[in-house]
Amino acid sequence: MTSTDQDLVCVSNLTKRFGDLEVLKGIDFSVRAGEVVVIVGPSGSGKTTLLRSLNFLEMPTSGSVSVCGVEAVFEGGKCISPHAARLFRDIRSKTAMVFQSFNLFPHMTALQNVIEGLVSVKNVKRPEAADEGKRLLTLMGLMDKIDVYPSRLSGGQKQRVAIARSLAMKPEVMLFDEPTSALDPELRGEVLAVMRDIAKSGTTMIVVTHEMQFARDIADQVVFMDNGVIVETNPPERFFGASENMRVRAFLNGIA
Amino acid sequence: MDLFLRALPLFAMALPITLFLGTSSFIFGSVLGMLVALMRLSGVTLLRWGAFAYVSIFRGTPLLVQILLVYFGLPRLGIVLNPLASAILALTLFSASYLSENFRSGILAVEKGQWEAAATLGMSRIKTFTRIIMPQALRIATPTVGSRLIALMKDTSLASTVTVVELTRVAEQVGAASFRYLDMFLMAGVIYWTINQLLTVLQMIIEDRLSRHM
Repeated sequence: MTSTDQDLVCVSNLTKRFGDLEVLKGIDFSVRAGEVVVIVGPSGSGKTTLLRSLNFLEMPTSGSVSVCGVEAVFEGGKCISPHAARLFRDIRSKTAMVFQSFNLFPHMTALQNVIEGLVSVKNVKRPEAADEGKRLLTLMGLMDKIDVYPSRLSGGQKQRVAIARSLAMKPEVMLFDEPTSALDPELRGEVLAVMRDIAKSGTTMIVVTHEMQFARDIADQVVFMDNGVIVETNPPERFFGASENMRVRAFLNGIA
Repeated sequence: MDLFLRALPLFAMALPITLFLGTSSFIFGSVLGMLVALMRLSGVTLLRWGAFAYVSIFRGTPLLVQILLVYFGLPRLGIVLNPLASAILALTLFSASYLSENFRSGILAVEKGQWEAAATLGMSRIKTFTRIIMPQALRIATPTVGSRLIALMKDTSLASTVTVVELTRVAEQVGAASFRYLDMFLMAGVIYWTINQLLTVLQMIIEDRLSRHM
């Protein structure tokens, strides 16, 4: 796949092996600025591994990942681009990730969680960071939880704090790894609602999810993965309406 | 009763020595132990092996042997330490071997997701460690580290073998002078027990404070 100027994220011929198991089998994939891409597919299809390869929480075995023009090339399970460590930090600073299990810092309040990156990575002064943190938590509907520790928050509230923590870093791309999978059904709505708002604000998002309604409503592109390969990439109308791919149809029928 | 009154000022003088031996070697041992734990967890093979060897040696030999080696052995190498310094050095080296394992298990018990969340924020490894991992690791390690401090307080009694005048040494001396060993060692035992009960309460308070938000 050729990268164009508009591509914010570009992955080419990406593979990932865990021992003998080949989880990603040559992925080509790109995301333009402002696009919302939703990755769906059966469990074990490699969706999460692909997402985690974009910020090197998983080291790709081979291929390349480029974010905002910064490219990391992999061969033999190692990054062969010069200054790999700095490259990773650079790309990580342009991306932010929201995890399935929230991963809030339990020893910090909601506000401290949100401003930690600003203070200790971007060296923003604490009062300034706090103002920004309060603004984001208010946006998430959590103005009354600013000084509350994660243990006193519900799952949906935790995930919204985590989203605020990611937004605080002003990333070029937001990565969501099954952000609602650990939540009770009645708490999913509040998280999906803030994700809709973020999508509408023009933020580039890559979302791994099982929430088909969300994909249908919000996605610009739906990527369907199965068995380590991308089977289909289409706008949601096409994907949900008229996909001719057997595996896609089987998947959609299975979960409907 | 008169013996008790006679021994009291001597115990009063020895008590600070025992406390000093215990707390100073705990503090030095913690610093060294944390260093050894980090070496053991580092990606550098040589550091990992060094840490492994350290723990193997100082956890695998009796403290009494270590104290005697420091006191009688180091002068052979031209290093002459007074009894108190010898005891502190040996207790530090010994406790660091155990404490490093306590810290290591605390660090390993912090969820992998915490490292990942910090990494995705762009935090450096050092920042991640000091701001995110350490506070959680120390909370997890508090019970075992507390036990180690209590054990160390009792281990200070071995300093008596190299003539440090701490609680056990006083009990021995007054016992020898009065032939009332039983009474003297009982008194020493009660004092050790009291110190350690206070430490236990302190540990409970610290644990409570650290896990307030968990």
